[in-house]
Amino acid sequence: MSAAVTNAVAGAAVQTVSRVHYLLRLADPSLILAQQLGAWIGHAPAIEEDLGLANTALDLLGQARLLLEYAGELEGRGRDADALAFLRDPSEYLNVTLAEQPNGDFGDTIVRQFLIDAWQCELYERLCGSTDARLAAIAAKAVKEARYHLRYSSGWVVRLGDGTAESHARMQAALARLWPYTQELCAADELDRAMCAEGFGADLDALRDAWSRRVDAVLREATLARPADAPYPWQGKQGRHGEHLGHLLAEMQYLQRAFPGATW
Amino acid sequence: MVSAATAVGVARRALSEVADPEIPVISVLDLGIVRSIELEPDGTLAVGIAPTYSGCPATQVIKADIGAALAAAGFERLRLTEVLAPPWTSDWISAAGRRKLADYGIAPPPAPVGSPRALRGAEAPPACPRCGSTDTELVSEFGSTPCKALHRCRSCLEPFDRFKCI
Repeated sequence: MSAAVTNAVAGAAVQTVSRVHYLLRLADPSLILAQQLGAWIGHAPAIEEDLGLANTALDLLGQARLLLEYAGELEGRGRDADALAFLRDPSEYLNVTLAEQPNGDFGDTIVRQFLIDAWQCELYERLCGSTDARLAAIAAKAVKEARYHLRYSSGWVVRLGDGTAESHARMQAALARLWPYTQELCAADELDRAMCAEGFGADLDALRDAWSRRVDAVLREATLARPADAPYPWQGKQGRHGEHLGHLLAEMQYLQRAFPGATW
Repeated sequence: MVSAATAVGVARRALSEVADPEIPVISVLDLGIVRSIELEPDGTLAVGIAPTYSGCPATQVIKADIGAALAAAGFERLRLTEVLAPPWTSDWISAAGRRKLADYGIAPPPAPVGSPRALRGAEAPPACPRCGSTDTELVSEFGSTPCKALHRCRSCLEPFDRFKCI
C-alpha cells in the first residue's frame, strides 16, 4: 500500500475507535444509573416512587442498549450490547463519575438523577442534530424520555428542597456532596471536541450554560443554594474511576462472569 | 402467487388481531408501532416496528407475537426490523385506539397538537375515564407499566391509569 492509502486506513480506524468511545460515554452513564435505580425496587419511600425509579431505570437501560448495540457494530469485534455491558472491566467503562456515586438516601438519589436528567436533556437535544443518522435517531427517542425523567426528578427536588427543615437540609447536603462531580459533565476533552468537530457529537462547552440555566431554575424554586464550582480530579469518562464503580460492576456482572454465556 | 396489495391486506388484518400484551384491548396497529408492511420481490414480508419506550419489556413479546400471527396467516418468509426514526410518540396512537383505551378505563393521551408544552407539564388534567369529570389529579408520573401514569378523580374518587403523553 502507498503511504497515503496506509494513512487513510489508519485515519478511518482512529475515527471508528473515537466514535465507539464516544458512544460508550453516552451509553455508560445510563447503564450505570439503571443498575443503581434498580436497587431501589422494594425500598423506595412509597410504591409510586418504586415505580418511578424502576420505570426511569427501564428507559435508561433501553437507551444504553441502543447505544451499546451501535458501539458494538461499529467496533466490529463481535461484541454485542450484552458483551459490552457484562464483560468490560471498570477501566473500560466511560461513564461520567457522577453516575457511579452511591444511591445514599432518597434525596441523594434524586439529586444525582436530577443533575444527570438535565444534562441528558441538553445532550440528546443537540445529538438530534448529529450528522450520523443512527445516533440522531437514538437521541430523538431518548430526549423525550429524558424530559419526562427531568419532570419527575425536578418535582422531587422542589418538594424536598422547599419542604421541611429536615428535608431541606438533607437536599442541600446531597447537593453539596454531588456538585463537584458535575464539573465533568460539560468539560470537553480532546475526544469530545473531535466528535463535535466532525458533526458526530455535541458541543459540550455550549451545553454548560443551558444545563446551568435548567438546574438553577429548579434550585431556585426548591430554595436550594447552588454550590460554588471547584476544580475536580475525576475522569470517569476517560476510564479513571473512583472506588464505587468496581463494586457496582462486580454485582451487575457477577452472573455472566461466573457462568459465561448463561441465558434463561 | 398473490399480489403485493393483497398480501399486505392479509398481513394488516392479521396484525389487527395482535394485542398489546400489557393493554390487551388495543392492537399493535392501534398503538401505531407498525410503520411499514411490504412484500418484497422474493416473497419476504418485511415489517417495520417502532418500539414505544426504549426499555419497554413488552417490545420483545410484541415482536414475537407479530411473527407468530403473520406465520399463522401463511407468511413463511418474514423480516421484522426495528424502526427508530421518526421515534414513536403517543401521537401515533390511532383515533380508534384512543377510544378503546378510554372504554377500557385508561385515559388516552390528548389528541396530537404538535406542541411540546405537554412535555413541560403544562397539559390539561385528563378526564376521568369512568365518570368523565375533569376534576382529576396526578398521583404518580409513573404507573403500572412504562407507558402509563397514575391519576385520581376527585369527583368519583376512583384512581385511574392514563397513557403517558410523550
